[in-house]
Amino acid sequence: MLYREAGDFKTSYRDDSQTFPLRLDRWGYYLILAVAFLVIPFVITDYWANSVLVPFLIYAIAALGLNILVGYAGQVSLGTGGFMAVGAYATYKLSTAFPEVSMLVHILIAGAITAVVGVVFGLPSLRIKGFYLAVATLAAQFFLVWLFNKVPWFYNYSASGQITAPERTFLGYFITGPQTSAAAKYMVCLVFAVAVAWIARNLTRGTAGRKWMAIRDMDIAAEIIGVNPLQAKISAFAVSSFFIGIAGALFFAVYLGAAEVGESFGINKSFLVLFMVIIGGLGSIFGSFAGAAFLVLLPVLLKNVLVGGLGWPTDLAAHFELMIVGALIVFFLIVEPHGLAQLWRLTKEKLRLWPFPH
Amino acid sequence: MKLRLAALVAAAMMAAAPAMADLVVPNLSYRTGPYGANGNQYADGFNDYFTLLNERDGGIGGQKIQVPECETAYNTEKGVECYESTKGQGALVYNPFSTGITYQLIPKASTDKIPLYTPGYGRTSSKNGKVFEWVFNAPANYWDGASVIVKHLLDVNGGKLDGKKIALVYHNSAFGKEPIRTLQELGKKHGFTLTEIPVDPAAAQEQKSQWLQIRREKPDYVILYGWGVMNQAAIQEAANVKYPMENLIGIWWAGGEVDVEPAGAAANGYKSVNFNGAGTSYPYYEQLKQHVIDPGKASGGGAHVGKAMYSRGMYAALVIAEAIKKAQELSGTPNVTPAQVRDGFEALDISEARMTELGLPGFGQPIKITCDNHGGTGMARMQQWDAAAKEWKSISDFIEPDQEILTPLIAADSEAYAKENGITPRTCS
Repeated sequence: MLYREAGDFKTSYRDDSQTFPLRLDRWGYYLILAVAFLVIPFVITDYWANSVLVPFLIYAIAALGLNILVGYAGQVSLGTGGFMAVGAYATYKLSTAFPEVSMLVHILIAGAITAVVGVVFGLPSLRIKGFYLAVATLAAQFFLVWLFNKVPWFYNYSASGQITAPERTFLGYFITGPQTSAAAKYMVCLVFAVAVAWIARNLTRGTAGRKWMAIRDMDIAAEIIGVNPLQAKISAFAVSSFFIGIAGALFFAVYLGAAEVGESFGINKSFLVLFMVIIGGLGSIFGSFAGAAFLVLLPVLLKNVLVGGLGWPTDLAAHFELMIVGALIVFFLIVEPHGLAQLWRLTKEKLRLWPFPH
Repeated sequence: MKLRLAALVAAAMMAAAPAMADLVVPNLSYRTGPYGANGNQYADGFNDYFTLLNERDGGIGGQKIQVPECETAYNTEKGVECYESTKGQGALVYNPFSTGITYQLIPKASTDKIPLYTPGYGRTSSKNGKVFEWVFNAPANYWDGASVIVKHLLDVNGGKLDGKKIALVYHNSAFGKEPIRTLQELGKKHGFTLTEIPVDPAAAQEQKSQWLQIRREKPDYVILYGWGVMNQAAIQEAANVKYPMENLIGIWWAGGEVDVEPAGAAANGYKSVNFNGAGTSYPYYEQLKQHVIDPGKASGGGAHVGKAMYSRGMYAALVIAEAIKKAQELSGTPNVTPAQVRDGFEALDISEARMTELGLPGFGQPIKITCDNHGGTGMARMQQWDAAAKEWKSISDFIEPDQEILTPLIAADSEAYAKENGITPRTCS
């Protein structure tokens, strides 16, 4: 009864094409933003920040980035971990070389550097497609990890090859380093996540996004109607890598504080983010967040329930966690192959018709 | 659905946070994944020692010890989660049992003022207590291990290694890269050439190309800095290319039963360093049997009691327990804080007499920690695998590492860390 367009009059084209056409959706959106910005920072604890919300937001940014490439532009990529590593190492090099510049600027520049690297590795996409492109990006993944392991310049010649985020402040608050408060970590990630989601949403419903989707759906047809595949594919790689680079930079500088390329940015990371996109829903902004939430929060929740709540041995719980998460992934994909975003879409459709379904 | 999820998380968290006055020593273990076979034993040894103290003595100084276990799977992200989730329970000291997680936790724990104890792993230069106030890595570290191996090779070769070729097969991570600089310096001093052969952790079971390289280059000795399934694969591949086993020498993390047993008789003669004893011949195990194993309270069913990794986990628990005891003595209260435990560590003095009292004569070296030396003397023994008897044979006494090489390296690395992080080294009187 409440959830419908009736009575919500749109008087301009601008109103008509807004992201949330339903009033209830809009309110929900503003409410979530208000809670995220005005409530959570004041109640957040170290545990909630470091184990739940910060990783969730960072993975959501990475998933958004990959979703642009895979979901909107249809270019399969397995190089996410490698691109995140570029973001992380770029932040490290920049912040140690120019300590006087703000860390937030470094994170953005790191994103830009990743975008350039992404474009370089995206060039083969003009010639190869599908699985073959996946293999080419897989090569990028292995090459980048090898590079950051092999060339000591990238980790400032430290004995162990680890990179450590230096302490930096913004407006007097620590935003990186061990003294950073939970609220500061969360706020930095939240601002980036909201900004990235906002940009992604507006890009994908504009010209750029329509070009990407045209290329995804049928590249020859797209080319015939005047979409330049070079421009479309390269821009998809650039934007996607920019976001992934920011995610990598935050992952290293804000979340972990120290990183090692093989362990933090290995092939597992690429698969994890790809699974987030697939489970969340290809070509959906909400899906990126839902997929990240599913794969980041569920293991933590299961661990707390099984070990903390039921008192199971940790190894048994760890094995069960793998089985439960795996089974749920299979279940969700069988029930709804288009991911959690499609489930959400269907729920909304049903709500609109309720209580008089036809 | 989201609300219900949030409510469930909240409920689970409430249930997971017990508030009590016990001494809390979290066990960040890993019983799953590629490092699980080794991690299992270590975690059992760690748990059993505290169970024995609780059962036999009623804890330390009359305070029971809680050992909440948290599975890290040797993964830094999970390690951070474990740290944060156990921190709230009043953890007194952390033994993260992973070099990667240690690197992560050094700045965090120092800010939270909780001591870290990283025996035989972690950041070597944390031996310098002037810079790393909250980190302790006695009795030995990776550089000590590398130096002891080279000293053993000098012994075998009559004091000369000129013109010898030594290959380092290492886990391509912070752990495996640690000894490179030391070995390079030692190479300059003793005139051997070092070949570095990395093994990627993600593909640790595929070492064909590495061992083909070894077969081609024929190094006189191979030093193995491996962990988990990488060790088993390395020893098997060494046997496959017919590399003489007695010339293959592992760090202590490549010196467990699980590492050599899969290769069977082919692993006979394989050597490794070790800083703790192994086997159940110590009087300690009679106590353990009486109070822990027989009543059925042994961690993991007591399947690994006396193994090399089990003994090392037990040793780590022993040092932590001694530090807590010392802290109680110093502060005069049984209910110590993490800061008092840190002071306890810094005043730690475990003599051979004390080890005998604990039922472990000749098990380890005397440990004496001071304000500027958090790493002890760093001695280690050589052990050799007897495949027929299925046991490690100690083939040397405790060998002292070459501090002439190590001290300047540790000073340089800790100074670099202090500079990077804006730490002013404290003065030790």
